[in-house]
Amino acid sequence: MKSIILKTASTYLLPILLLFSIFILLRGHYYPGGGFVGGLIAAIAFVLHGFTYGVDGTLKLMPFHPGALIPIGLGLAAMSMFLPVFFGKPVMSSLWLPMPIPVIGMIGTTLFFDIGVYLVVIGVVLTILFSISQYSENG
Amino acid sequence: MLIAVLAGLIGAILYIPLGKYLRGRLSVLASALPLGLFIYFCSFIPEVSAGDSFRTHYPWVSSLGVNFDFYLDGLSLLFSLLITGVGTLIFLYASAYMKGNPYTDRFFAYLSLFMAAMLGVALSDNILLLFIFWELTSISSFFLIGFDNDNADSRKNSLKALAITGGGGFFLMAGLILMGHVSGSYSIQEMISSNETLKAHALYGLILILIFAGAFTKSAQFPFHFWLPGAMKAPTPVSAYLHSATMVKAGVYLLARMNPVLGGTDQWTIPLVIVGGFTMLYAAFHSIFRTDMKAILAYSTISALGILVFLIGIGTKESLLAASVFILVHALYKAALFLITGVVDHETGTRDLAKLSGLRKVLFPVAAAGLLAALSSAGLPFTFGFIGKDLIYEATLHTKGLLPLIYTTLAVLTNILLLYAGFLAGIKPFAGTLPAQFEKVHLPHWLMWTPPVLLAVMGVALGSFPALADAALLNPAAQAIANTPIESPLKIWHGFNIVLLLSGITLATGSLLYFFKKPSPAGLNWIEGFNRISPESIMRQLVRYFGRLSDWYTDVLHNGFLRSYLLRIMVFSILLLGYRILKGDSVYISLDKISSISFYEIAVGIILTGALYLTVTSPSRLTVVVGSGVIGYCICLIFMFYSAPDLAMTQFTIDTLTVVLFVLVLFRLPPFLSFANTAVKIRDGAVAIAFGALIALVALQVLNEPKDGSISKFYGDNAYVLAKGKNVVNVILVDFRGFDTMFEIVVLSIAALGVFSLIKLRLKSSEKE
Amino acid sequence: MELLLVILIGLLYAAGMYLLLRRSMVKLLIGLSMLGNGANILIFLLGRITKGKPPVIDEGAKIFADIYADPVPQALILTAIVISFGLQAFAIVLLKRVYVLIDSDDLDDLNTPEDEDI
Repeated sequence: MKSIILKTASTYLLPILLLFSIFILLRGHYYPGGGFVGGLIAAIAFVLHGFTYGVDGTLKLMPFHPGALIPIGLGLAAMSMFLPVFFGKPVMSSLWLPMPIPVIGMIGTTLFFDIGVYLVVIGVVLTILFSISQYSENG
Repeated sequence: MLIAVLAGLIGAILYIPLGKYLRGRLSVLASALPLGLFIYFCSFIPEVSAGDSFRTHYPWVSSLGVNFDFYLDGLSLLFSLLITGVGTLIFLYASAYMKGNPYTDRFFAYLSLFMAAMLGVALSDNILLLFIFWELTSISSFFLIGFDNDNADSRKNSLKALAITGGGGFFLMAGLILMGHVSGSYSIQEMISSNETLKAHALYGLILILIFAGAFTKSAQFPFHFWLPGAMKAPTPVSAYLHSATMVKAGVYLLARMNPVLGGTDQWTIPLVIVGGFTMLYAAFHSIFRTDMKAILAYSTISALGILVFLIGIGTKESLLAASVFILVHALYKAALFLITGVVDHETGTRDLAKLSGLRKVLFPVAAAGLLAALSSAGLPFTFGFIGKDLIYEATLHTKGLLPLIYTTLAVLTNILLLYAGFLAGIKPFAGTLPAQFEKVHLPHWLMWTPPVLLAVMGVALGSFPALADAALLNPAAQAIANTPIESPLKIWHGFNIVLLLSGITLATGSLLYFFKKPSPAGLNWIEGFNRISPESIMRQLVRYFGRLSDWYTDVLHNGFLRSYLLRIMVFSILLLGYRILKGDSVYISLDKISSISFYEIAVGIILTGALYLTVTSPSRLTVVVGSGVIGYCICLIFMFYSAPDLAMTQFTIDTLTVVLFVLVLFRLPPFLSFANTAVKIRDGAVAIAFGALIALVALQVLNEPKDGSISKFYGDNAYVLAKGKNVVNVILVDFRGFDTMFEIVVLSIAALGVFSLIKLRLKSSEKE
Repeated sequence: MELLLVILIGLLYAAGMYLLLRRSMVKLLIGLSMLGNGANILIFLLGRITKGKPPVIDEGAKIFADIYADPVPQALILTAIVISFGLQAFAIVLLKRVYVLIDSDDLDDLNTPEDEDI
């Protein structure tokens, strides 16, 4: 797909879609959205970029292989799960900062859990799709 | 007492790490265990003969009525002494017999396991515990028969023995549980006190059938006898121990133990007398045609077990005393004969009586033991067998009506044949001239010939001085079986009476038979001609038919085609639910609750239907992928209409990614091949549509049920209060049910890893090529 | 409207099952995803459908004032959708590998049946 329009568009779409995905992620607690949808949108952004520039081109943009996001996300989610234990609360009970923050709202462990989900979803989708398309390209 | 029983089990486990040190000469040490136990049980003799009994109680699973309850009375003591006493000799004998075998440690481990299990059977008061030990004897016997596991025959026969005794075990378990259920207790001693309730209960007949099935299979009664000759594939010490002296007597023990609980009725007596009587004559008759020493002994053992069942069935005081005496008599001479067979086999390499003769010249002590054992089995005066046989005749004579005639005839005939069999095994190999091929035969290690000599000498000693065992052992045992006192001291001499006459007849006829009938292959062939109609081949036929049935069944139901499985599952569920609907659970569809419909909903429905049709019928992959994408977007719209924005967004993104996925993988594959013909397609279509209709009906039906909204209400009410979130779906995902989400992302990660490794795996193998 | 959804569920199940009964592995996969879609809508329907009332609490309110769509089936389906993507990805790669190995997407080439095709 060498269409010049697509090429130009995807260059700008990638950061916009990524921003949008983060927006969706953060508003998830109050409005429709959340880690799953956000992660999927971010993944679509990269896939779109991959269509135009090839998977290798997209991978060059990234400092590390998207697969690395999986353990990072899992670790973040697990940490936010077990963090309350250190405050003498049962696992998974949410902790909140006392003051709300503008734009995001309240910050608590569930937010980090959602971010963990977001990262895992990006990692999983990109790992799957990039592996398959690399495999298809190489025959 | 618990420790005494468990000692064998512990011993068996200890052989695993220590076994390799016991392989050589040191294997003699293994016999320290049974010897110690023998001495331990001997210490109970004074109290038990004074009429005491011992009970111990260790709770195990009390709530289920399973406890380590042990009970030691005369009967248990007799068996315990037999098990440990004969066991000691067997262990000693085996340490020489098995020398050079690389798996001696395993052998002794099985043997100890068996001994422990057998002690458990003899001592358990709790019937469930008894059952556990009973099964353990079957299993350890399986290992021992199949000990020579390189030999296909040995494997086959051990499996046969396990199938028969284990199958009987199931019946026994059912019977025991019924007994416990009816009497309200799992303790045999408590059951004795409530035996009238048991006997009057409607289930009494069923209980008897089940218990008999267990006892008859274990004690090799007709028609389950055939596993015992097969079990002779075991090493000879095992045959001597398990299949003559102890394990096969477990069935007899069970009947004897249950006699005070269940016995004394016609339903008890008649089957036992018939089965026992038939078995004893049938097996004795079979034994005289065999030429293999072990086969002779196997059949004569079956016959002896038949005698014991027969005697317990008669159930008079005399017959029960005769049974307890005969248990000991038989154990002594039969174990001796087996051990002698083992020596002969070990030294000459054959057990064929047509070839063996004159061995007394080279194996004198063994020949002497054989002679004594054969005489005891024949029941000559001053042997223990004489006393046993006299008691049997007395027991059969002192019944009522016409029965003495029938019973006595049966007993005499059996004894004549058994005498012949005993002579064949104990005298024949040693009499006559020594063939040249056996001149080099020499005595084995002393550990191999002293045990049979000891056993044979004991037979004579007890025969000459019966008081040695009478009051101490046999009378308490008989009392335990009969559950009443018995006063009849064993005597060598009863005076000139009919019993003596019968003994004379037995001896004379049997001896004449021995002099005129020589074992020959012709006789063997003749008797084997009947194999076709024997229970064994009938059973084998049944097993074969059963195998064919399973083959057919597997072919039909498990043919390896996914779609045929699916088809069956669908058709079955359609039939099942369709039947319910037809049966009158009419589908109630209320249209009241149904909300109004708008034109864009209809439009989505139409588009979805069209896309479905395209997907199902199109021959092109790309069309199919596009179709399934359209379906996904339609569903996304449905979610949007009905207040599920989160779902709509997720469905939309996932659907996009799925289409990408399919395109990436599939667009290089060729178009579909059409495999199925139209008829198959129509059939599948019909079934699929029926299934879809069924699901739709079920959905409609569920819609009519009132909905329990308490869970949703909890989440709705608490989403902000407890979790500070306003999007309830997201709050459920990341907070209330966060654990589930955690696992979900783990699953996703695993899927990604799986995909990644599958692809990398492929690349590697192509690199190798 | 429930009636329409019920019909669509029936159709999705029927189509999914029909495709599962085909010999082609690709059709099997598509059938699987249709069954998944059907099941999702079934769950959704059984939670009862509500128009225009997403389970999101209003600005300024702490609990729902009005009726609202059931959030529980939605949470269930959301996870189901995402998981089904993982499942499909794995299955499709498996399919691809099988295709490379046996050069066919006929399911029957996978087994070595002893008797005739039924």
